[in-house]
Amino acid sequence: MLKHRVIPALLLQDRGLVKTRKFKDGKYVGDPLNAIRIFNDKEVDELMVLDIVASKRGQEPDYSIIEQFAGECFMPLCYGGGVRTLDQAARIFDLGVEKISIQSAAISNIKLISDIANRFGSQSVVVSIDVKYNWLKQPRLYQSSNRKLLKQDWLEFSQSAVNAGAGELVINAVDRDGEMCGYDIELITKITRSVSVPVIALGGAGNLGDLKKAVHAGASAVAAGSMFVYQGPHRAVLITYPPYSELENLLEFDNE
Amino acid sequence: MISILDYGAGNTNSVVRMIEKVGGKSQRVSTPGEILNAEKLIIPGVGAYDHGMGQLHENGLIDALNIVALEKKIPILGICLGMQLMCNRSDEGSLPGLGWIDADVLRFSPDHLANLRVPHMGWNTLNISKENALLPLSETERRFYFVHSYRVTCNDASDVVASTHYGEDFVSAFQRNNLVGVQFHPEKSHRFGMSLFRNFLEANCA
Repeated sequence: MLKHRVIPALLLQDRGLVKTRKFKDGKYVGDPLNAIRIFNDKEVDELMVLDIVASKRGQEPDYSIIEQFAGECFMPLCYGGGVRTLDQAARIFDLGVEKISIQSAAISNIKLISDIANRFGSQSVVVSIDVKYNWLKQPRLYQSSNRKLLKQDWLEFSQSAVNAGAGELVINAVDRDGEMCGYDIELITKITRSVSVPVIALGGAGNLGDLKKAVHAGASAVAAGSMFVYQGPHRAVLITYPPYSELENLLEFDNE
Repeated sequence: MISILDYGAGNTNSVVRMIEKVGGKSQRVSTPGEILNAEKLIIPGVGAYDHGMGQLHENGLIDALNIVALEKKIPILGICLGMQLMCNRSDEGSLPGLGWIDADVLRFSPDHLANLRVPHMGWNTLNISKENALLPLSETERRFYFVHSYRVTCNDASDVVASTHYGEDFVSAFQRNNLVGVQFHPEKSHRFGMSLFRNFLEANCA
C-alpha cells in the first residue's frame, strides 16, 4: 500500500539550520548534518533542504555541504536554493541528490525546468510555488529571493511549470510559515485540482491532524519544518519524527 | 567487487554509497572492456527509455552487456530504468530494449488509475510471490521508495518475484536466472534497501 510521504523541510543559512516565521527572522536551530543524521536514523520518507539565502545573494549553491548531506541520506533528498543553470543542476545531481527544487530561476526562465527535465527526467524537477496574500486578501505568487508579490497568477504559473516539465510542485503558504496553525487548505485544494503531478503541501503544519487534512485536500505529500524541529509551546529545539506505523495508519493512500 | 554501470542515465553516487554502507566495494564502469571484466553488475538509471537505450548504443556497450548477461551469466541487478531496459520494449520509447527478460513496459492504465497521479511516487510495499536471494520471504517488514511513470508486465509469470499495487498490480521485481530487476530504488530505501544490497553482495548467483 502506498503511503503519502511526510517530508521534513530544513532551511539552510550560512551552513546553519534555521527556522523562520513567515519567511523572516531565521532562528538558529542547530547543525544541519547532525539534524540530517537524526532524520536518517528515524527513517523519514524523504528530506528537503532549502538554502534560503543563496538566491537572495546571487550565490552559487554550496556544493561541499550538499555533498555531505547526500552522503548521510539513505532516502530521497531534494535540494533547493541558488540553482539557475543546467550545469549547476547537473553538478548537484552528480553529488547524489535526487531532486532539485527551483523557484526564482523558474520564474525568470521557465525553460530551465524543461532543460533539467529533458536531461534528468521530470521526477528530478520540483518547482516551489510560494503564495502570499496581499492586502486585499488575494493569494499572490511570491518571489522569496526579492520578497516581491508578482503579477503573474499563481495557478497559471503552477500549470506552466508542469507543462514545462516539473514532476512535482511544492505549495508553500508564506503567511503560515512557522506559525504551526495548519496548512492553507484552500490553496492545496485549488492547486491539486489544477495540475496532474504530485503536490507537496508546506507551510503551517503543527500536528498530525494538519497532515491528514492536507492529504484529504489532495496533497500527495506533506512537508513541515517547525513541527519536526520544535517541541512544546516555547519552541524548544528537539528533532522529532513520528514512527512509521503511526503515519501509515494516518495517511494510507486510497489506492484501489 | 561490484561494478556499477555509468552510462549517463542516472545517479550512480547513491548506489556507491549504499554498497559502501553495507561493507561492499564498488567501482563505476563505462567501457565494454570494463563490463566484460565485471564479476557482478548493477545497471541503475533514471529518465527516459530512449535516452537510456540510446546511451548504451552510443557508448557501444550493448554487445558487452549481452555477453556478460547471457553467456558469462554474471549476477546483474537492474534498478528502475535499468530494470525496464532489460525488457523487450516500452510504451515510453521507440527503441527496443535489451530483451533479456520476456517482459514489456507499459503505461499505467487510465481505467485503473482513477484519481491516482502519475508518476507513482513514494513508499510502497511488495507482495513477494517466490523465494529468491535478494528479497527473501523471511523478511517480513519491508518498504521501498518508488518513482516511475511506466510499469513492467512479464509475459512469463515464472519470472515474477514481487508485485506492487498502484491502481493495479504491476511487477516490482523479476528474476530469470542471473538477471534481477527491481522497479523501486533500494539505494534510497533505508535499511530495507541496505538489506537488498547486502543480499546481492553475498549472493553467489543473484
